[in-house]
Amino acid sequence: MSALTTDINDADPSDGSAPLVDRRIRARQLTVLLLLLLLVTSILSLTTGASSASLWNALTDLAAGRDLSTMDRVVLLDIRLPRLCMGILVGASLAVSGAVMQGLFRNPLADPGIVGVSAGAGLAAICAIVLGSLLPSAIQQFLGTALVPIAAFLGGWGSTILLYRVSTRGGQTSVATMLLAGIALGALAGAASGVLVYYSDDSQLRDLTFWGMGSLAGATWTKVLAALPIIGLALAAAPFLARGLNGMALGEAAAGHIGIAVQRVKNTAILSVAGATGAAVAVSGGIGFIGIVVPHLLRLATGPDHHSLLPNAALLGASLLLGADMIARVVVAPAELPIGIITAILGAPVFLWILLNRRGNLGL
Amino acid sequence: MTLSSSFSAGLKAAGALALCALLPVQAVQAEEPSRIVSIGGAVTEIVYALGQEDRLVARDTTSNFPAKAAALPNVGYARALSPEGVLSVDPDLILASEGSGPPETLAVLKQAGVTYVEVPEIYSAAGVIAKIQTVADALDQSEAGQALITQVSDELSAAQALAQKTAGDSPKRVLFVLSTQAGRITASGTGTGADGIITMAGAVNAISEFEGYKQLTDEAIAAAAPDVILAMDRGGDHGLTKDSIQSLPALMLTPAAQNGELIRMDGALLLQFGPRAASAVKDLSQAIYGAAQ
Repeated sequence: MSALTTDINDADPSDGSAPLVDRRIRARQLTVLLLLLLLVTSILSLTTGASSASLWNALTDLAAGRDLSTMDRVVLLDIRLPRLCMGILVGASLAVSGAVMQGLFRNPLADPGIVGVSAGAGLAAICAIVLGSLLPSAIQQFLGTALVPIAAFLGGWGSTILLYRVSTRGGQTSVATMLLAGIALGALAGAASGVLVYYSDDSQLRDLTFWGMGSLAGATWTKVLAALPIIGLALAAAPFLARGLNGMALGEAAAGHIGIAVQRVKNTAILSVAGATGAAVAVSGGIGFIGIVVPHLLRLATGPDHHSLLPNAALLGASLLLGADMIARVVVAPAELPIGIITAILGAPVFLWILLNRRGNLGL
Repeated sequence: MTLSSSFSAGLKAAGALALCALLPVQAVQAEEPSRIVSIGGAVTEIVYALGQEDRLVARDTTSNFPAKAAALPNVGYARALSPEGVLSVDPDLILASEGSGPPETLAVLKQAGVTYVEVPEIYSAAGVIAKIQTVADALDQSEAGQALITQVSDELSAAQALAQKTAGDSPKRVLFVLSTQAGRITASGTGTGADGIITMAGAVNAISEFEGYKQLTDEAIAAAAPDVILAMDRGGDHGLTKDSIQSLPALMLTPAAQNGELIRMDGALLLQFGPRAASAVKDLSQAIYGAAQ
């Protein structure tokens, strides 16, 4: 935990690894590398898929002023490109949210779910899937396929606000209360979901299962455009959190003493995480693991300074999710695996291996 | 219905013949979908029954009959289709049973100019006929479709009539057990394929209190008092056996367990309501009431 203090007063990192300046340079080099990685995975993601559509054919067609073939147009512009954008948005928001939550709660196990987003979003999505047909048909017509994402977002956001209200007294948010209340809310949401699962029919049950495993397959421009402002705003807020989160590593009281507006950091962190995760879960279902594994990998590589951790997490999270998505769509082609399975299968062993090799060097 | 539709079918055939005579053959063939993705076990079976399997390019996970169908590329689970996966087999027609999706995928497929035909899913004899009619229309096979409909509806009426006669005035109560996870019984209520086939086989579904498949308490099963327990055959020792129904507390109080009346049947045959529905009715009726009567 002490290693988080580095940025505050330029003291030497207490874990005695690389000198601070070295670490900053390494973090910056890593940012460049991760940008390149994201570029490469993005191009690969546009060129990989079950169909024969080809980016190069499309580009040469465009260069020669010809119209794209229907296959190229639909697959590239309506399937792969929105999917790429959604993968970047979702991967970045899950990874950054994870890093912010771990910093705020000073707990290496924290993930976005800890502020109740996942439980609330999950419950609302189940409600929408199972009870959606009870809505007046005019509303059903109007919302169409947007019903589940909208419900998930409102549910995630709503449960975070509820938790926040529960754990805030006299303008002071108790992080410990929020953690515990989150567990209680999670249990409640789980029970309510159980009741709905009991009353769901077979096909709804299959929908619920697939929703829980997450997928980028349903990516459409509508979803991307709906998620973009929310996730964009939340990610834009992240750099302003870096100094505050670094200070919070000392503990709330100490952070206050060195001039950090603790309550404002908490407010910004909780609201931006609720927004980013809520939107991500809404458009792609439950994708686990990114929020835990990405921040930890980066802390191992370049230390716990949030100034570099947050942007690097966004880049690595996006690349990782794009990579997992490419595997998801080709491994059983022409069918497709839910992406949550891939992120766990790939992420968990790598994560364990790194933990075993670098034990005691987690920086948290 | 038969007279007017066979008349119009005749007209269509005559028209098609006239067109063939006038136009180059390729022009007519080019309009017919020749790269078909079939979603749903019954839909695939109907395509084979109409002799149109050469036009299939892919199928979904549930399309396992006839066995040859399994050799086709599999586009995955019907309710979780991937748009690019389906497009990758370059289809010009998608024949999908009701409820396939998700809607986002269907929207993209329609955008790509692929014709999408939804095949209704109704658990009755009329439902089987409606399925065949829809598929035959989509494949432009009115004659073969009509022949298959006549054949299947004759078989179905015969099988149902025989089943009713066998059942007589005292139809047996049948409990369809979907699974026995950890000793808890999940059984079929109303509105399911199991409910439909039990009724068609001249028996009564022992559970009429709820819709769909649900877990039951042991007491509710005892109160339902089924004469026969019906389960899907998973091969080998899986699922229920005569021994297990007599030792499961949930089932041992029922007349079915006391008399050892357990029927295990191929789930796809039993629940798909395709062209083989008549033989499912016949097999089930025989299994319930015995062949001798």
